[in-house]
Amino acid sequence: MKIEFKHLQAAHCENGVTTNLLKGVGVNKLTEPLTFGIGSGLFFVYVPLLKINKGPAIAFRTLPGHIFKRVCKLLDIDVVRKKFSNEQAAADFLDACLQAGQPVGCQVGVYYLTYFPKEYRFHFNAHNLIVYGSEGDNYFISDPVMENVTTLSKYELERVRFAKGPLAPRGQLYYPTKNTIVTDEQLRSAIKLGIKRNVRDMLYIPGPVAGVSGIAYTGKKIKKWKDKLGQQTAGLYLAQLVRMQEEIGTGGGGFRYIYGAFLQEAHAFHPIDELLEISKMFTESGDKWRSAAVQAAGIYKGRIGSQADFDVMGDYLLEISEIEKKAFQALSKIKWNS
Amino acid sequence: MKKEEIPQDDGALNKLTKEVVYAVDGSGNYSTELSTGWDVKTKALDAAWKDIEQRIKNAKQKVLKNEASPILYFIELRLMDVGLVAAYTGFWKWTVKQHLKPAAFNKLPPKKLQQYADAFNVTVAELKTMNVHED
Repeated sequence: MKIEFKHLQAAHCENGVTTNLLKGVGVNKLTEPLTFGIGSGLFFVYVPLLKINKGPAIAFRTLPGHIFKRVCKLLDIDVVRKKFSNEQAAADFLDACLQAGQPVGCQVGVYYLTYFPKEYRFHFNAHNLIVYGSEGDNYFISDPVMENVTTLSKYELERVRFAKGPLAPRGQLYYPTKNTIVTDEQLRSAIKLGIKRNVRDMLYIPGPVAGVSGIAYTGKKIKKWKDKLGQQTAGLYLAQLVRMQEEIGTGGGGFRYIYGAFLQEAHAFHPIDELLEISKMFTESGDKWRSAAVQAAGIYKGRIGSQADFDVMGDYLLEISEIEKKAFQALSKIKWNS
Repeated sequence: MKKEEIPQDDGALNKLTKEVVYAVDGSGNYSTELSTGWDVKTKALDAAWKDIEQRIKNAKQKVLKNEASPILYFIELRLMDVGLVAAYTGFWKWTVKQHLKPAAFNKLPPKKLQQYADAFNVTVAELKTMNVHED
């Protein structure tokens, strides 16, 4: 059976899954930027001791799963979230949901996601998609980073739902339970709380590696990469930084633009002109992230690579850190009318 | 980023889909547009794959010189690490590290070889010979 379901493409998978699932239960005013902002999605962290694919572990967004959780909580929507210890139970539960006409969000690993091009298939376990029906051995899949819907066989779906390693999905699925009417008042309050939490995460998170101070920390580290790691590894580290920044539908630059779009949309709910001004600061930050990526590309392509080039790269991050710091400070000073 | 600055380069992804990006129009308002890809990003992915291919090659040499078991080759081929192999096979990390030695690998019973073959998505014969026929 195939459930009536509207596929909408998004820039980022979890934003898309959240927005599309909630639209399905009647939260029509939600858009990708609103989802991202209410879920306090903007973040930065560099975990120096952790390695991903033998490169640095850097994230430009909040932890996987948090956006969906926070948006549902702030909008007072009940959710079901389940993990499974065995494949059969996970498949049975999914089938029962579909039988009941419920589209379901699933966390999956990318490595065996057959419809992705091989170049993108790494062991990354925090991708999200929606299953909205099945027919024979095939499941109907709405992957929000894709323009069109697709299918996976039962075996393929099971394999990605039970990918192993860091952030292993363990068959995790989630969905909002019932039709709800979300009022403008609720959205207004959720937007405000989402911004406040994002201010806290970016400005006041303890330690040097996360938030706006984490960006500056990374900038300083980058300046030392050439000496410490050697030209080739330093180049690979920068390539990884850019890949984390601009991976399918994610994007450090990209996320900054989504946040800028969010503040503009927030203005419709809270007519406070500072929001529009601060939105421009995030556009500026996104642009700087892109310039940094171009600089990094010069290095990993081998076109440039002197210490001065690494210094320029590091300085971009120091500048970005300042811009985002000012932007979030400005957000923290907003006088909310309601 | 302004709408007219959205990159429309070739990329690995554009056989499959275009990507949604957010950009501002002339009056500074955000909306979504589609992008076919960005060269900067494609080159980052290329750099990563060049490194992976080099590592696969090095691993193969090591196995041929009997300095490591074929498990090393498949760890690189499948973009894994010892921890991930442990998670897929159910062996301890320490055990996997032992099996990276040719002597220990050669003594593995069929059942354990099958566990590795499953984790690497190959047959036992392919595991032993490193001759993999990919689709």
